[in-house]
Amino acid sequence: MRLTEIRVAGFGGQGVIMCASVIGRAASIVENGYATMCQNFGPEARGGACSAQLILSPEPVLYPYITNPDVMVLMSQEAYGKFAKGIRPGGTLLVEQDLVRVEGLPVENVKVFAIPATRIAEDLGKRMVSNIVMTGFFGAVTGLMERESLRQAVEDSVPASFAELNRKAFDAGYEYGLKHLQSGALELGEEDPVAISE
Amino acid sequence: MHADPVGVLTGAHFMDGDHAACEGAIAAGARFAAGYPITPSTEVVERFSNRAPRIGATFIQMEDELAASIAILGAVWGGVKAFTVTSGPGFSLMMEHIGYAVMTETPCVFIDVQRGGPSTGLPTLPAQADMMQVKWGSHGDYEIIALCPNSPQECFDLTIQAFNLSEKYRVPVFVMMDEVVGHMTEKVVIPSADKIEVEPRHFTTKDKSSFQLYAPVGEEQTPEMTKVGEGYNVHVTGLTHDERGYPNMTPAVQERMVKRLVTKIRDNAEKICIVEQNQVEGADVVVVSYGITSRVAQRAVEMARAEGLKVGTLRLITAWPFPEHIFRALAPKVKGMVVAELNLGQMVREVSRCAEGKCRVAAVGHAGGTVHNPQDILKAIQEVAR
Repeated sequence: MRLTEIRVAGFGGQGVIMCASVIGRAASIVENGYATMCQNFGPEARGGACSAQLILSPEPVLYPYITNPDVMVLMSQEAYGKFAKGIRPGGTLLVEQDLVRVEGLPVENVKVFAIPATRIAEDLGKRMVSNIVMTGFFGAVTGLMERESLRQAVEDSVPASFAELNRKAFDAGYEYGLKHLQSGALELGEEDPVAISE
Repeated sequence: MHADPVGVLTGAHFMDGDHAACEGAIAAGARFAAGYPITPSTEVVERFSNRAPRIGATFIQMEDELAASIAILGAVWGGVKAFTVTSGPGFSLMMEHIGYAVMTETPCVFIDVQRGGPSTGLPTLPAQADMMQVKWGSHGDYEIIALCPNSPQECFDLTIQAFNLSEKYRVPVFVMMDEVVGHMTEKVVIPSADKIEVEPRHFTTKDKSSFQLYAPVGEEQTPEMTKVGEGYNVHVTGLTHDERGYPNMTPAVQERMVKRLVTKIRDNAEKICIVEQNQVEGADVVVVSYGITSRVAQRAVEMARAEGLKVGTLRLITAWPFPEHIFRALAPKVKGMVVAELNLGQMVREVSRCAEGKCRVAAVGHAGGTVHNPQDILKAIQEVAR
């Protein structure tokens, strides 16, 4: 595992903290590396801006905050507006494609990957697992850790009665990511690469 | 004595500092908590209230912090280990009962997850600005013990340590966290119960006619306890009292009693104090820090070492009693010390006092709300090394 700074952000209730937590758990507990997660909340319990900072490292993490994020997972337009410009040039940006319009990014060479995580989750029967769909997508696109490690971390993070649903959500996101990788990242400036749902 | 396996969540967890502190309290044997939830400490009691029914513990959400801090003292006299949790504004309200805990020698633990102040300040953002308040906030002369974790793992470990010290010295012990450490999630390894050392309450075995509630025992000068309701005469008061616990407001008793409250900690300070030192031998500059700042400072120290500067680090794990002996010995051997803390100059006063002018002492203060920029600490190191 290499030193990687990650931001996961969206609105409260989407499970963005959970998404970061699963990745951190996979890195530190399952793969025995180091992970430090800090979180920021808006004042609202639901709907407010919500963001997690996660640092993965082969060595103990000292400074607790991200300074130059390599990867961003953004699940709302508000989060995109607030955080996307902070991504490192050449970094990897993952977005919820129905909720985020990728435009006007002032950073060079960012690789953008989009997934309709919420729609996929709804097809699986529960919108709530869109964060786990996103986690799977993250695993496939970044290749930062073994698929099984992340999958294990998902199982360890959810109640047993929801394990099956979450495994499915994770696999759906992962498979979508693998397929997406073959077709390549989005080129910014392409003709409206992102579908906006009503 | 080892921890009671009931409630010990042995294993590796990805857990934040607040939750880890709660698990530390449970592992140490706490079976009562009272609190008035306040950011950024709420998660500690939130978790405890959830865990309590399954481990035979009790949580009461009180009407305010005054009530929370006195409820735990009642619980302790009822025979259990107890703690409360708060942050700055609540901590201010608890000062009265901290003094009462000291005066009545009630073993208990206060967890203060520090946020920016004064007043309501910055509820969701860090500071380390209650460090003097914890020592001096209640009136009268007293000594307490305060520990400063710098990771969720240490929130677990040092909360156990806090309970152990409180039982050993019959004194309130404080876990001085900060918002970053409290809300930061990292790997926390909880050992099996038989690997966790727990200091039991020192209940007396003396017979009821000869037992005195405040008669000092042993090197710790700390009296034995009893449970209310077991037939022993128990008189607990915040008034100056004699060895039986009865009010005796004379200069002679005041001198004897308050002096012992102070010396039981001061005389044992070298045993109590834990510091972490790294490359201090032969260093020109020693960076002093604690809590989350110790991790941020480490980055500055590494940058300074890369420039060829001889820099050591000294981390206060015990802030109070202040490890005077270590600083007095160190001061003549170095050019200077750089004290980095998330306040505008608190523990640096102690460092200066103990340095006695024998080396430079530079403060790198910060009003809180975020952690230091390592560059600011680096600049101070360069300046002192010159």
